[in-house]
Amino acid sequence: MPIFIDRRLNPKDKSLGNRQRFLKRAREELKRSIRDKIRTGRIADVDSEHAVSMPARGTAEPSFSDAKDSGRRQHILPGNKHFAPGDRVPKPGQGGGGSSPGKTVSEDDFRFVLSREEVLDLFFEDLELPDMVKLNLKEILAFKPRRAGFAATGSPTNINVGRTMRNSHGRRIALRRPKQEELDAIAKELAIQEAEPQSGAARQRIAALQEEFERLERRRKRIAFVDPVDIRFNRFDAQPVPNANAVMFCLMDVSGSMGEREKDLAKRFFVLLHLFLKRRYDRTEIVFIRHTHEAQEVDEETFFYNTQSGGTVVSTALEEMRRIIEERYPSNEWNIYAAQASDGDNFATDSERCIALMDGQIMRLCQYFAYVEIIDERETHIFGATENGTSLWRAYSAVNLKWPNFQMSRIATAADIYPVFRQLFARQPVVQKSA
Amino acid sequence: MARQASKSGLLFSGSGWDFNALSRVHEAIEALAIEELHLDVYPVQMEIISSQQMLDAYSSVGMPLMYRHWSFGKHFLYQELLYRKGGRGLAYELVINSNPCIVYLMEENTMALQALVIAHAALGHNHFFKNNHLFRQWTDAGAILSYLDFAKGYIAHCEERHGVAAVEAILDAAHALMEQGVFRYHRPPKLSSERQREGVRERLEYEERSYNDLWRTLPASKGGSSAGEKDLGMAERKKTLKLPEENLLYFLEKNSLVLEPWQREIIRIVRVIAQYFYPQRQTQVMNEGCATFVHYTLMNMLFDRGRISEGAMLEILRNHSNVVFQPAFDDPRFSGINPYALGLDMMQDIQRISTEPTAEDRDWFPDIAGNGNWRETLLDAWANHRDESFIRQYLSPALMRKWRFFILADAASEPHYEVASIHNERGYEKIRAGLAQSYDIGASRPDIQVVDVDLLGDRQLRLEHKVKDGIMLEEASRDAALRHIRSLWGYEVSLAAIDAQTGQMLNERSTSQIGE
Repeated sequence: MPIFIDRRLNPKDKSLGNRQRFLKRAREELKRSIRDKIRTGRIADVDSEHAVSMPARGTAEPSFSDAKDSGRRQHILPGNKHFAPGDRVPKPGQGGGGSSPGKTVSEDDFRFVLSREEVLDLFFEDLELPDMVKLNLKEILAFKPRRAGFAATGSPTNINVGRTMRNSHGRRIALRRPKQEELDAIAKELAIQEAEPQSGAARQRIAALQEEFERLERRRKRIAFVDPVDIRFNRFDAQPVPNANAVMFCLMDVSGSMGEREKDLAKRFFVLLHLFLKRRYDRTEIVFIRHTHEAQEVDEETFFYNTQSGGTVVSTALEEMRRIIEERYPSNEWNIYAAQASDGDNFATDSERCIALMDGQIMRLCQYFAYVEIIDERETHIFGATENGTSLWRAYSAVNLKWPNFQMSRIATAADIYPVFRQLFARQPVVQKSA
Repeated sequence: MARQASKSGLLFSGSGWDFNALSRVHEAIEALAIEELHLDVYPVQMEIISSQQMLDAYSSVGMPLMYRHWSFGKHFLYQELLYRKGGRGLAYELVINSNPCIVYLMEENTMALQALVIAHAALGHNHFFKNNHLFRQWTDAGAILSYLDFAKGYIAHCEERHGVAAVEAILDAAHALMEQGVFRYHRPPKLSSERQREGVRERLEYEERSYNDLWRTLPASKGGSSAGEKDLGMAERKKTLKLPEENLLYFLEKNSLVLEPWQREIIRIVRVIAQYFYPQRQTQVMNEGCATFVHYTLMNMLFDRGRISEGAMLEILRNHSNVVFQPAFDDPRFSGINPYALGLDMMQDIQRISTEPTAEDRDWFPDIAGNGNWRETLLDAWANHRDESFIRQYLSPALMRKWRFFILADAASEPHYEVASIHNERGYEKIRAGLAQSYDIGASRPDIQVVDVDLLGDRQLRLEHKVKDGIMLEEASRDAALRHIRSLWGYEVSLAAIDAQTGQMLNERSTSQIGE
């Protein structure tokens, strides 16, 4: 009779640890490969599984092996059809040299699938919202009680009944507190004795029983059922809650001047931002504001998928943002971030107003403000690195000089999105500013 | 259902399996195997696992316990990929050379398949493990599981103490030399028992605790060993270090100048595991052939006795023929010779030769032709051969004709292959010798040995590669492997390629030329 062991319920993923080690080892290569993929593919695809090639560097397993292109060897093969000794067979392919027929695909060039979590981890590694800690260090505002064992003192509402009764029970056993049953038994016997005709011996017995009864009664009174020393309270520690409240304002220009291409690029940028925030800062709130000549706060769905058209007045969006901050996100409690995407066109005199708004209020409230301008591909070489540009770009350049927590960048093609995104959210700001 | 099945004499019916049926089938098959085939097996422990767990087992070289290393993660991904693509079905079973013999059964298998697997693994492989001389001499079935348990624990412990990266560096280097980490000629020392290992560990810990750096600063005794020992010739040095040494891992473990005790222990673990698998690699054809022959014979016997239904037998045969499928060399599915097919064919051929030989067989196999006792002949072959000697001795002309074997000579300098021999009177011997040669692991693997080391001079480790038939080492992997050796040895390492026939030095490569 063989021994049977059913292992099906054993913990799965026995080799998960090995997988993690492998991914860690191949980290740099994998990161590069995913980013290349995202750059060329659709950005929303980040949020899914990915097949990646086996990274060769760092994960090769070298050993001494024969060079295929040297020496003389023999292959013994089955299935001869018409060969006779002395026949010559041309070698297949070039570079194959002496590669033996029927060589299988090597283990070093295969593709495997990374889960969504792993992809996002690799993808957003070493990105973060700048200055996230600043507010936390300054003021810890909220405390949250947390269970921390038991205490002998406390408020009656926190009595832990289980603990208390356990202590009481132990104490009663230790001090031999008479049980109610013992008393009942004596009382019963006493009643029987008293009911019977009185004799000398019986009287003596009754007296003894009564004495015993009183002794037990006294003892029961002396040893309380629940004594103050038994009582235990739940103890709570006030745990400071780090105030990592953060809100991201997404401001997008959806006016008529933004063509399909521009809107598409802007949306892709925000999709990436959205994913990043959801991944790394689970308590981050996101406010979507879109504007034409007037601004409105919209939900995610509308922001990404609805269309609208009209003129362009950028300051309306900034106004809206300021209003929402005042209303819902007091800046002493919230880390406030903003990202704005626009084609740079603005109503003639509005840029001045934008500067005033930014300088006067918004930059003071914000931790970080990123401005992304979507430009025509043909304009790339014109604008390149110059400060010259659209009216909004010039206006923001002034802001840029003044505020270190302001960043601006241009996107011309889909391939630019990720590098710009990285530049804006790199762990250490790429651009060091004098201010 | 069970009652119904036993009433009709069938061991099982339907495709679902349960533990009762498994146990019934195992009993019947085992009885038959012992009675009819005279097999001799270890007790069996059957473990039911899921496909996921089978993949896990694959990636840790088929062992139930293994230490952690990234390369196993890589292999897992590879196996998983093949499985998902459907490019390769999972093995229906996995069997471990241990006592008791552990057999993994996949839960997805149907009952008919489980019966096949039990015959194949729990009896065929099991008999081979217990009786083949390579396994008997070189592996210790009783101790392997506890040794792996120790290895896993020890390496985890080292990772805790010295960091994952440090342990990984040693393992990477040791894995690179696994091929050169086995004793091919003399028997390896036995696996030490749990208590001995405990003692070794304690001693190491004591030495680490009581280490005092002051000792290092003491002047060498007797005014230095310089004058006298420098004169020691190379011969003397070789004698003290027991050079030449073919087991590089063993040499580095014992003689490395820079390794810490725990690092030596890790190398030892890798070396022991490599040694454990060495017999399996030398007996692929025989091992699989034996198991396949056993399951095929036993299943047919059970069917003949009416204990397996026709439907189940059909399923068994379909799976059997998938396993022994051998495409011809020009078939796109061809990926080398299928050891299951070759093994089974040779063993059935032996059966044929001993019962109904032809004149040709009598000529080629005077010892066994017509002796009528195929059971004993096979038992003897299973016990005393490895692939190379088995093929050299038992591959018959009839089989060579059936397989239509031919030899393709491949010289790297020529733009074409040349057909050297085919399955005819003049070619039989050559094909048989060539095929046997290709299964000689010792001969087909690069022959690299430690030949000299000047401990008192520059401490350079000198290795020698015996070049056979002009086959050189692949350069990139050679350099990488040499780097690994240097990291274990601590000083420069050089590798000279020496032509095996002429003794002429072809080239020399030193780690000082390679760089990081």
